[in-house]
Amino acid sequence: MEINYDKSVFKTGMKDGIPIALGYFAVALALGIVARNAGVTALQGFFSSLITISASGEYAGFAMMAEKAPYIELAVMTFIINARYILMSLTLSQKFHESTSLLHRAIIGFFVTDELFAITAARKGYINPYYTYGAAFVAAPAWALGTGVGIVMGNILPSKVVSALSVALFGMFLALTVPAAKNNKVIFSVIIISYIASFVFPMIPAFSGISDGMKAIILTIIIASVYAVLFPREEGEA
Amino acid sequence: MSINMKYILIMFAVTQATRIIPILLVRKKINNKYIISFFYYVPYVTLSIMIFPAIINAPEHSEAGVVAFIVGLIASWYKDNMILVSILCCVAVFITEFIIGVI
Repeated sequence: MEINYDKSVFKTGMKDGIPIALGYFAVALALGIVARNAGVTALQGFFSSLITISASGEYAGFAMMAEKAPYIELAVMTFIINARYILMSLTLSQKFHESTSLLHRAIIGFFVTDELFAITAARKGYINPYYTYGAAFVAAPAWALGTGVGIVMGNILPSKVVSALSVALFGMFLALTVPAAKNNKVIFSVIIISYIASFVFPMIPAFSGISDGMKAIILTIIIASVYAVLFPREEGEA
Repeated sequence: MSINMKYILIMFAVTQATRIIPILLVRKKINNKYIISFFYYVPYVTLSIMIFPAIINAPEHSEAGVVAFIVGLIASWYKDNMILVSILCCVAVFITEFIIGVI
C-alpha cells in the first residue's frame, strides 16, 4: 500500500518557494550574462536551466562552452561540481516513507538543488513530495526565466541591483541553518567549525586551486563524519 | 543538433545522474546510528560551507558582503523566516554599496 500524501502542502511549498524563486531569478540573471558570452541563445539558456537547475554546474558549463572545451572535460567537470548532490540525494533517500513510489523518488531527485534539498530536508517527519513539488513549481521556472532574461538584457540591468541580489540565496541558506543552532549547542558548533574550515581550507597549499564544489564535498564528508562519531544521534531524536 | 545543444544535454545528463541515481538505488532504511547521524549533519555543514566566505565575495564590494553576512546572521537568529532574511541581506548590500559610492 502506498502512503496517502496530504496534497494541501503543495501550497505551503509554493509559499516557501517564493524566496527561492527570487534568489534564483537574481542569480540566473548573472548566469544568463555568462551564457550570452558563450553564444547561447535565450531559448537554449531557458531550456538548459529548466532541465538542469544547477547554478554552479551551469555556470562552469557555459564557461567551458565559451572556450569550446572537449565534451569529456565538460562531463567530468560537471560531475565534480555536482557530486555534492549525491550526498544530498542519499540524505533524502533516508527520509522517504518506505512505500514511496519510484516516480515520486525520481522527481524529488530531479529537484535536488541546494535550496530545494535544504527546505525538503528541514521538514519534520517523512518527505511529503507535494511540498517539494509546490516549491519547485515556483522556483524552477524562475530559474529558467531568469537565465533567458539574463541572456536578453543582462547587460542593461543596473550593476547595483545585480550586486544586491547576489546575496539573496546566501540569506536563505542562513535562515535554513542558523535557527536550529539556537537551542542546540552541537549544531551551533558544527556551523562555526564549517565556516572556519571553509575559510581556511583553500589556504592549504595542496588544496589552493580546488573548485568550490569539490571543497564542499571534502569538508562535508570530514566534518559530518567527525560529528557523527563524536555526537551520534539517538533513535527518535528530532 | 547544434554544438550548444550537445553541451547542454551533457550538462543535463551528468547533473541529473548525480541526483536521481543515488535516490533510486538506496531505498532501504539505514539503521546504523553513525550513518544516520552523518546524514543528519550533512545539510548544516554543506550549507554553512557554501555561505562563508562566498557571501563576502558575491557583491561588487566585499565590505557589503561582510555587512550582509552579519545582518543575515542576526536576522536568522531572531527570525526563522527565509524571505525576510533574504531580503534584509539584499537591502544590506544595496545600502552599504550606496554609502561606499557616496563617500
